[in-house]
Parts: sequence; C-alpha cells; structure tokens
Amino acid sequence: MIHRREWVYGWLFLSPALLFLFTFTHYPAASTIISSFFSTPKGRRPAKFIGLENYQTLIQDEVFWKVLGNNFWFALGTIPISVGLALLMALWVNSHLKGTTLSRIAFFAPTVLPLIAVANIWLFFYTPGFGLIDQFRSGLFGLPAINLLGNPDTALAAVIVVAIWKEAGFFMIFYLAALQSIPPVLREAADVEGASSFYYLRKILLPLLMPTTLFVSVNAVINSFRLVDHIFVMTDGGPDNASSLLLFYIYETAFKYWQTGYAATLTVVMLILLSILAIGQFFLFDRKIHYQ
Amino acid sequence: MKLSQKMKVNCIASLLLTGVSASASAVDLEFYFPVAVGGAAADTIQALTDEYVAANDGVNIDAVYAGSYGDTVTKALTASRGGKPPQLSVILSVDMFTLIDEEVIMPFDSLVKTDDDKAWLESFYPAFMENSQTGGKTYGIPFQRSTPVLYWNKEAFAEAGLDPDTPPATWEETIEMGKKLVKKDADGNVSRWGVRIPSSGFPYWLFQGLTTQNDVILANSDGNETYFDDPKVAEALQYLVDLSMKHEVMAPGIIEWGATPKAFFEGQTAMMWTSTGNLTNVRKNAPFDFGVGLLPGNKRRGAPTGGGNFFIFADSTDEQKAAAFDFVKWISQPAQSAKWTIATGYVAPRADTWETDEMKAYTADFAPALVARDQLEFAVAELSTYENQRVTGIFNDALAAAITGTKSVEEALAEAQKNAEAILKDYR
Repeated sequence: MIHRREWVYGWLFLSPALLFLFTFTHYPAASTIISSFFSTPKGRRPAKFIGLENYQTLIQDEVFWKVLGNNFWFALGTIPISVGLALLMALWVNSHLKGTTLSRIAFFAPTVLPLIAVANIWLFFYTPGFGLIDQFRSGLFGLPAINLLGNPDTALAAVIVVAIWKEAGFFMIFYLAALQSIPPVLREAADVEGASSFYYLRKILLPLLMPTTLFVSVNAVINSFRLVDHIFVMTDGGPDNASSLLLFYIYETAFKYWQTGYAATLTVVMLILLSILAIGQFFLFDRKIHYQ
Repeated sequence: MKLSQKMKVNCIASLLLTGVSASASAVDLEFYFPVAVGGAAADTIQALTDEYVAANDGVNIDAVYAGSYGDTVTKALTASRGGKPPQLSVILSVDMFTLIDEEVIMPFDSLVKTDDDKAWLESFYPAFMENSQTGGKTYGIPFQRSTPVLYWNKEAFAEAGLDPDTPPATWEETIEMGKKLVKKDADGNVSRWGVRIPSSGFPYWLFQGLTTQNDVILANSDGNETYFDDPKVAEALQYLVDLSMKHEVMAPGIIEWGATPKAFFEGQTAMMWTSTGNLTNVRKNAPFDFGVGLLPGNKRRGAPTGGGNFFIFADSTDEQKAAAFDFVKWISQPAQSAKWTIATGYVAPRADTWETDEMKAYTADFAPALVARDQLEFAVAELSTYENQRVTGIFNDALAAAITGTKSVEEALAEAQKNAEAILKDYR
C-alpha cells in the first residue's frame, strides 16, 4: 500500500513538468520529424507522404549549406569569445577595486535590453557615413566610410559582434555567482603557501569554475543557434544570405515562403545538430569537471 | 450581486435600444491592416472604420493592426489555416498569387452586381489594377499604394553648378550630373555621393524601375513565368552595378533603405530614389530646398507600383462578404480616399480623388504630391508571381550578389532564372 501511494505521489509531482515537456518539447519534435516526410499542404491539397524527397532537396539546397557554414562561423566566433570575455569581466568585477558596482551594471546592461531594440542601436553604429563607427573613423583618422553590413565579407562578423556584446554580460553573472561561492580560505591557503596569483587562477579558480563553464558553454552553443532576432533588423540575412543563420532560414522557409514541409526538414537537422553538440559537451567536459 | 444586477439592467436596456436594427442580422467583420510608414496610418484607418460603423447599423468592424506587411500576410494565412480567417485584410498587392494559391481569397467580380459597382471597379488607375487582376478576375482593390520617385537636393545642385530645377531625365544624365555632385573631403574620402538607390532587404523593387526604363518586364501577368535572364535585365543590373563600381557616383555595397532619407537630409547624397511614402517625412525634415521628380528614363520612363490592396477572404458568410464589399467601396470613395492620402502620402488610386477640393488644396500647397500621380502613366505592375516571396527572395539574392560583386551580373541572373523556373514550372 505504502509503496503504491508513493508511486502515485511521484507521478503527481512529475506531472506538471511532464505535461509541459510533452506539450512544448516532445510533441512538437515528434510532429516535426513526421512533417519532414510530407509535402507542404496548399489550399485544399493536403500534405502527402513523399519519403525522403525533402531531404534530397536539402542536400541540393545551396542556401542551406551556406547558412550551415555561416552558423558554424557564428558559433566559432561567439562561443569562445563571449565565454572568455564573461570570465574576464567576472574576475574584474569580483575584485575589490573602486567602481565595481558601476562596471557590474555596465556589463550586465546588454542582457536586460531587448535584442530587437539593441539591434536598431547597432544598426545606427554600423550605418555608413554618419554612423558612430564611421564618425570615429573619419573624425579621428580621416578614413573613408565603411559599409560593414552591406558587404558579404563583413556582414556576418558584424552580427557576431552584436551577439557577443549581448551574451557576455549574461554569462558573467553565472561566473560571478560561482566566484563568490568559492571559499576565501583557499585564497588564504594559497597565499600562505606562496602561490602566485596566476598559479592560483590556473590550479584553483579555473578548475572550481568548470561546472559553471560547462553550463555557460552549453548555453552559448544553444544561443549560437537561437540568437537570430538581430538579423531580422540588421541585415535580413543579406547580402545574398551572407549573414543568414539556420534558424533564420527556417523562419524564412516556414513563414515567408510557406514551405512548411521543407522547414520541418531543416528543423530536424537543427534538432540533430543540437542533440549531438549537447551530448558531446556533457561527455567530453564531464570528465574534466570537479564538482565540489 | 449589485454589479450583476446592474449588468442585467444594462443588457436589457441596450437590447431594447438596438433591438430593431441589430435583430438577427448583425454582421461582424474582422479587418487586418498593416502599417509600413508610422503612426498616422493606424490612427487614420481606425478613424475611417469608426466613421463607417457609426453610419451603418448592424455592421461591426474590428480593425486589427497586424504589424508590417510581412507580419500581416503571415497572420492572415496562419489564421486561415486555423479556420478563423479575417473577412477583410490589406495585404501587399504582390501576395495576390500566393493568396489565390492558398485558396483563401475570392474575386470581387461575384460581388459586383449593379452598374454603379462596375463603374466603381473601373475607376482605379490601370497601373494599380495590373497587380490586382489575373485570369480576367479582380482579386484586390488598391488602397495604400505607392511608387518610387526621385528626390533631389536643390542646394547641392546649385553648388555643383547644375540647374537646381532640372533633375536628370536619363540614365546618362544621372551619371554626368552624379559625377559633378560627388564631393570629396581633404582626405580624398567621399563626403557626398551623387545618387542613392537603396538595395537592402528588397532590392528588386527599385531595380524594377531600371528594368522598366530599359523596356523589359520581369514576369508575365499570369505570375508563372519570369524573365530574369533577359539581356535587357542584365543591362539594367550592369548599369546599377556600374553606378558604384565604374562611375563611382553611388556608394558601393548594399545600401540601407532605412538610413536613406537620413543620408539625404545629412547631405551625404544629392539624389535619392525612394517611395512616395517618404514625402511627408522629407517635407518635414529636409533642411534644404528639395525637388521631387519622375525617375530618370532610358529606353522609356518607368517605375514599379507598390503597396497594399484590399482582399476579401473566401471563408466568410454571404452577409459578411456583402458587408466587406460595401466597406471597401465606401473607403475608396474620393472623400475617404483623400483623407487617407493627405494623412499618409500614399498615392490616391482613383482619378476622381484628385479632383476633390481637399486634394486640390493639398496639392496646391505641396505640388510634389502630384509627381507620383503623373508617374502612374509610366508605371508597371510590381514583380509578382506564384510563391512570390520565394521567387522574389531568389531574385533579391541574385541582385545582392551582383551589387556586392560576389557574382557577375550574367551568372547571378542566370542562376536566379534557373531557380525561379524550378519553382514556377508547376504552375503552368
């Protein structure tokens, strides 16, 4: 009897979370996978089963490979720099120097601002001729106007910078919390033993921060697929898809081109990619992590 | 208790008051509208809707602001797929084929019964109707329509030794005058360009000005064939590329739409091509004397039309269709149309609107508003095909690739034509 009741309690406690998980995660994922094998319904023509046709289209779709490549560079550009920057900023504002509150606010502010609004501000920074960057360039160095968003060689880098600026402050908060939970006795012991600051950072702080690093880098990887709001405002994926990312392309395909079947196929690719990355990160990193 | 009693009394009172007219035949309409050019448009649509509802017992219109043009068509299609479409919506005229393909809209022809209705249907400028009709049927009624025009800075023209009242009339003159208008600072950097033709987001629209001037159309009126690889199209694209690359009268790379009026006000360009939707903006903010003229021509004058039409959704009751039709007729009457044009700068789509006293007073005070109307004579349908967003998306990518120099003009256009062909062959 007692066993049975515990079993019921268990499910009762689980059910709210499970309900949401199934409604918003598992059911959509499953139905996306199913839709990826069907054609796009149009008017009164219902979706029909077409097997792997969508996947064949995908392999031949130049734009898909281009945005996948862009996404790779976007991830490579944003993840290490934003995580590294977050750590640096956290170490900085964790020290007992003057003005730390001010710098904490300054570093965290980008996180609080909505990305769409921020993108509009950056759009002004980047505007050729009278934008902030060009005013500096011509005012201080007499350099010609530069069209960062309108050039396929620089457009992606320009949106990467905005993403880093946006997320570094957010990750800093996690590092800051982790730093503050490290017992001061470790620092004192290190001082007594005559360890240098760098040695203390390398052998004590960084290993103790590893769980946070794992958490932050998983988030950074997810963000590198998820942060596309600013692209709508700044480049619309252009020029010629130079700054388009996978999620942006999925949105375009689904809600601009109304190719919902093909969009489901693209989404499946993204699901697989994210799963591989998340599993990989947990297995690779986990061995190197010391949990207190 | 008290509250609910009060409510009951109110209910009964209102039932008694409206009893006769509302009886069983109250018609509710949902009406989606987009706003592409700022606040005045939304307020004006709301005010006009309220005015209509107040004058017509038994009709309720819920005017819903649905975001940008893109958002509006997305919302309308999503709602239709969910089985709850609006009865009426303003959507980009070029989305007509998509809406037909999704089988969500109906032609106006079945609603046109009396001679008055027929005369009304024929009262719109033909340039605007090209995007509203296909297969001999009318699916859209022009409402917030526009066309691109040339704005020029008269002070800059005078400074460059040009006649401030004569804008370039041809492609060659654009280059000649442009070269005189380009100004460089002490470091040799360009501080003022000759001309600015924005190309971000949807470069096809202004480019269509160039192709029209080169006497070529981009797609047939059935919306199932494109002519992107026509040599005349390539010639037009080469001209656009050369403005930056060869003649150096326009800034290189993709040029942002949003920053274009500002660049004009700041004197960073002496001329700009942009929508008539910017008339009011330029009038308010340009710190110098400016002119508004027709786009320069080459083989002929030419410009695309643009903007939104009224569409009636098929999945509505007969009463709703009749009411929606009546509302569209009412709002396109000269009096309402004039109010709308004066408030927003959109081109009034009927000749008789321009004959109203309000419009005459408006254009007497602000003559540039007439340029858009005069250009309609040379205007053609905006590029529109089945799967329009996809096909124009492909074309936009090709234009961007040529403008930024990643592909040659011929290569980019041939590729775009091939991809468009693959999509459109199913629709023949």
